[in-house]
Amino acid sequence: MVTMTKRLAAVAVAATMGMSAQAAQSITGAGSTWVYPLVAKWSTIYAKQTGVQVNYQAIGSGGGIAQIQAGTVAFGASDKPLLPADLAKHGLIQFPTAIAGEDIVYNVPGLRPGELIVNGPLIADIFMGKVKKWNDAEIARLNPGVKLPDMDITVVHRSDGSGTTFTFANYLSKVSPVWKAKIGADTSIAWPVGVGGKGNAGVASYVQRIKGAIGYVEYAYILENHMAYARMINSAGKVLSPSLQGFQAAAANVDFTKAKDFYVILTDQPGAASWPISGCTWQILRKNAPRASNAAVIRFFDWGFEHGQSVARSIAFGPLPPSTVSAIKAYWKKNLGI
Amino acid sequence: MERTPAAADPNLTPAAGDERSAGRTRVLSADFLFHHVALAMAILVGAALIAVVIAIAVDSWPAIKAFGVIGFLTGRTWDPVSEQFGAFPFIVGTLVSSAIAMVLAVPLSFGIAVFISELAPSWMRQPVSSAIEMLASVPSIVYGLWGLLVFAPAFANVEPWINDHLGAIPGIGVLFQGPPMGIGMLAAGIVLAIMILPYITAIMRDVFVATPTRLKESAYAMGATTWEVARKILLPYTRTAVTGGIFLGLGRALGETMAVTFVIGNSDNLSASLLMPGASIPSVIANEFTEATTKLYVSSLIYLGLVLIGITLIVQALAVLLLGTVGRGARAPS
Repeated sequence: MVTMTKRLAAVAVAATMGMSAQAAQSITGAGSTWVYPLVAKWSTIYAKQTGVQVNYQAIGSGGGIAQIQAGTVAFGASDKPLLPADLAKHGLIQFPTAIAGEDIVYNVPGLRPGELIVNGPLIADIFMGKVKKWNDAEIARLNPGVKLPDMDITVVHRSDGSGTTFTFANYLSKVSPVWKAKIGADTSIAWPVGVGGKGNAGVASYVQRIKGAIGYVEYAYILENHMAYARMINSAGKVLSPSLQGFQAAAANVDFTKAKDFYVILTDQPGAASWPISGCTWQILRKNAPRASNAAVIRFFDWGFEHGQSVARSIAFGPLPPSTVSAIKAYWKKNLGI
Repeated sequence: MERTPAAADPNLTPAAGDERSAGRTRVLSADFLFHHVALAMAILVGAALIAVVIAIAVDSWPAIKAFGVIGFLTGRTWDPVSEQFGAFPFIVGTLVSSAIAMVLAVPLSFGIAVFISELAPSWMRQPVSSAIEMLASVPSIVYGLWGLLVFAPAFANVEPWINDHLGAIPGIGVLFQGPPMGIGMLAAGIVLAIMILPYITAIMRDVFVATPTRLKESAYAMGATTWEVARKILLPYTRTAVTGGIFLGLGRALGETMAVTFVIGNSDNLSASLLMPGASIPSVIANEFTEATTKLYVSSLIYLGLVLIGITLIVQALAVLLLGTVGRGARAPS
């Protein structure tokens, strides 16, 4: 009888140890599809170095927020930051991960990549259906000397809800009062004109196939598909080509350290080198989650900030500026004590 | 693949009553068990269907409360930013794309089925049938990718011709005017037609082949042409099954999601032209569900699902009614 009890106790101990070891060795997260390539790359290397598995499910930002609120995952990722009031209400915290950017792409015979120059108000007018032809005076004014054809513009937008759309529409809301009043910004919006492609790949594919098309995609897709991209005039009046430096400049001009819960949207930031349509992904954690779980998540992202920068650059994600990273570490300490 | 006509002839179905009376008690208990198991299965399926409808209705309640039934069905705005949701453009998109698919697929299926059962040399029947059936086994996402990457670019080259010729016809011309994008309502309808073709064809072929040879031969003997045999013998004899097959295809077209999402163009704006982009109920749900963040938004998407179930039920009811009326016209194998 005694041996029996002992044996049972031994089994129980082994089982608990096994469980805690397993808990430490895997982290689950869910949310944004935008940040998925980065988390996937980081987690592969992280698993090799530390043995800790990060399982990330790219179910969309909305799903990520719902899952972290329900407490079914250790972290949620969203392309749209939550308002500090909402965070407080649900006992959540959030911090930015990496910076990315998007740009206008087009398919106009005779126009080379980077040849077209656009600004925010022009993009708003095109995507609202006000500017209908490629040889419209408003386009010609920004592109003197460029031969613009007498061709209909076909607007291509995202059909699925997306952080890419949120960032794009947020930018247009900042630069066009009409856009802000009539359309606004969200992951899906009521597009006045155009066709919808599913995902960045869908938009890229439509733009490449429809003559006279214009669309918006993430920078990574422009690089991959060698698409014709536009140069943009930023808030300082400078003409820029999209680049990681431009996205990072937009982030560097934002004082993340001063904004409560890092609630800053990176579009239309000041600074001569700032790319106008820059965006970010936020990781969301629960304050009252088990300490071990939050610590494991934080160790992973801390590792990413310290060691994952070149990997991020290789897939067109801009690393956060050092000042922001130290602000995030202070934020962790203050809110989670980790 | 020749079928004996007798197998399908209702008059020759054996009653098989005499064999049962021997060993009645043993059979009875087995019968009793089987009866109840089968009954339980039938109830389970019905209960599951009712439970699904109730669950969907409960989840769409906030949207039903906010927009009502008529307001939602006729609302033309779908704006997540201001949280105004109306289903009208998507109901139109669902019905129009399915209608295009039916207009194209039904005559084509009929032609293929007549060819296989009446005209084709016997060595050709099996390969052609198999090829048609293989169309049914292609996953819909593959149709979507094919539609987007292969069909749409090719179709974009045909559209200027459609613009110039069909678009010039007075009256219906407005249906065929628009920029040659390759994607849109018409493209979605054509891809759907290809997808539902095998279902309708397979059913038509089966019942045409099963039509008693004596009926066909009598007609031929009286000098009827193949067309006359198809029109006056095959179709009347198999009306019930043919109608059933058509509605099976329609049901599939109404609910098809991925392939339509890829080629319909995904625009909430209604347009008179079939060359312009539109959106269907399943495509909107698939597109927007993952990133729908507010309660009313999610609830409105689920409400769309409820509307789709409603449309499918109406179609099913119409099918039953039609079957009832044509069923009286002729006894036919099912």
